[in-house]
Amino acid sequence: MLTETWVVFARQMKQQLRNPVWVFFGLTQPILYLVLFGPLLKNISGGGFNGKNSWNVFVPGLLLQLAIFGAGFAGFGIIQELREGVVDRQRVTPAHRSSLILGRTLTNVVTIGVQAVLLTLVALPFGTRPALVGSIIAIVVIAVLSLGMAAASYTMGLILKDEDSFAPMVQGVSLPLLLLSGVLLPMAAAPGWLRHISQANPLSYVIDAVRSLFVGDLSSTTVVKGAVIGLAVTVLLGWWATRRFQRDSA
Amino acid sequence: MISAHGLARTFSTKTGPVAAVKGVDFEVAEGEIVGLLGPNGAGKTTTLRMLTTLLTPTSGTATVAGADLITQSREVRRRIGYVAQIGATPAPGTILGEELVTQARLQGMSKVEASARLVEMLPRLDLSGFEKRALSEMSGGQRRRFDIALGLMHNPKLVFLDEPTTGLDPQSRANLWDHIRALRDEHSVTIVLTTHYLEEADVLADRLLVMDGGAIVADDTPDALKARVCPATSSASASTATWRSPRPSPAKRCSRAPASSKAVDWCSPSNAATPPFLHCCAPSMPQGCRSARCRSTGRRSTTCS
Repeated sequence: MLTETWVVFARQMKQQLRNPVWVFFGLTQPILYLVLFGPLLKNISGGGFNGKNSWNVFVPGLLLQLAIFGAGFAGFGIIQELREGVVDRQRVTPAHRSSLILGRTLTNVVTIGVQAVLLTLVALPFGTRPALVGSIIAIVVIAVLSLGMAAASYTMGLILKDEDSFAPMVQGVSLPLLLLSGVLLPMAAAPGWLRHISQANPLSYVIDAVRSLFVGDLSSTTVVKGAVIGLAVTVLLGWWATRRFQRDSA
Repeated sequence: MISAHGLARTFSTKTGPVAAVKGVDFEVAEGEIVGLLGPNGAGKTTTLRMLTTLLTPTSGTATVAGADLITQSREVRRRIGYVAQIGATPAPGTILGEELVTQARLQGMSKVEASARLVEMLPRLDLSGFEKRALSEMSGGQRRRFDIALGLMHNPKLVFLDEPTTGLDPQSRANLWDHIRALRDEHSVTIVLTTHYLEEADVLADRLLVMDGGAIVADDTPDALKARVCPATSSASASTATWRSPRPSPAKRCSRAPASSKAVDWCSPSNAATPPFLHCCAPSMPQGCRSARCRSTGRRSTTCS
């Protein structure tokens, strides 16, 4: 199963790296957020949230956003692969269904991991002060979460089979998830009703954990809770995706 | 090689359930080339997708290459090759050699075995020198030969080809036919293919399963089928298989074959490219029809305006 996963991963990774447009936008997008949106936030918040450095609040949010959008749109690729016949030709091999899906999602995890590291590094000169170990763990949490989200996105792609319905679907799911998790602005600023809704969003706990980790708080319950919830989401989505991949494409 | 019993598949759609395949029974012997022939929507591809484990049958059973389709689907996948209908143009970064090796490795071959197999397969399908080429830059015929190579990388003894030559020009088609025949003649591979070209079915298949409306309406050799549909012009003896619906009357036949008519005009050149709404060679010529001699059989046939 490891070999099969690796074979699928290597194939997808090569294809992605051969697409220069993809490499360019994949790497510049997070930086655009930093340069074009970050300064606004800094001025609005007067330099900090509850006495915290605004960059230390904003950058972890961007990391989670990378995972949500990067992994959320992963399914676009499989719709094209479905049309090319790649999915079917891999499904008629004895390879494990979980390898076919895991090999693909790992490509997204690596991509998001690289983007996250790059984003954190570029954020340094703006005034971000991440804790070394904490931010590394934060990126691992983000990577684990994107594994499950990418798997779910591939599965949605397989179900919908068409970009025209897939794009609004992903937007429709990921945008509320994003807004309700307090990725862009902390939910502490939200009115009561909005905060209650956001508490039903598992990603709210993940972002809290990532923010805590980012500034070096490694042991609080916030971190444990967020990491466990992130892992649970991934396990659940991964299980669903594999089941769906096993079933026929009808 | 294949033994199918009551294989059926119903799809649920917005307008209610649609029975794409309504319980088919058939056998395929080792070394045979069997063609599933019928118009679009007859259930050919659904049958093929069930036999290749891509689609779970709603009911029925089958043994494919010695393994049970339902309980040993992984074993079936190990033993069969599958060549899908021609797909969309591959992504620009897809390289022929890499793709073939990837396929072989997913079939369980080691890196060394897969590379050795690649060296063996390229000349066999006239693809020497294409190893490093991007698939998106290749012609339809070349891509089709690549597709066939994909299905053969792990050296299966049973291969399914879904509309192998649809969309190709006549030359590429003839070329592909040679490759398909060589598979059986030189490498003793059993072949099941779907087609809606009468000409292709006639040239390639040892035996035809004619499908319509999700059922097999005839199971015979091309020659016997021709003899049955055009009894006046052939000396071959009639077979025991029967058609589901009566042959249309000569008058009806000429008023543009209705979708439900089930006679084959094996000679009409126009039928070579369109679904076979099986229609018969008319013994006498009704008004509005003209007669033409069929090149391959020397028999006369009728086309109507």
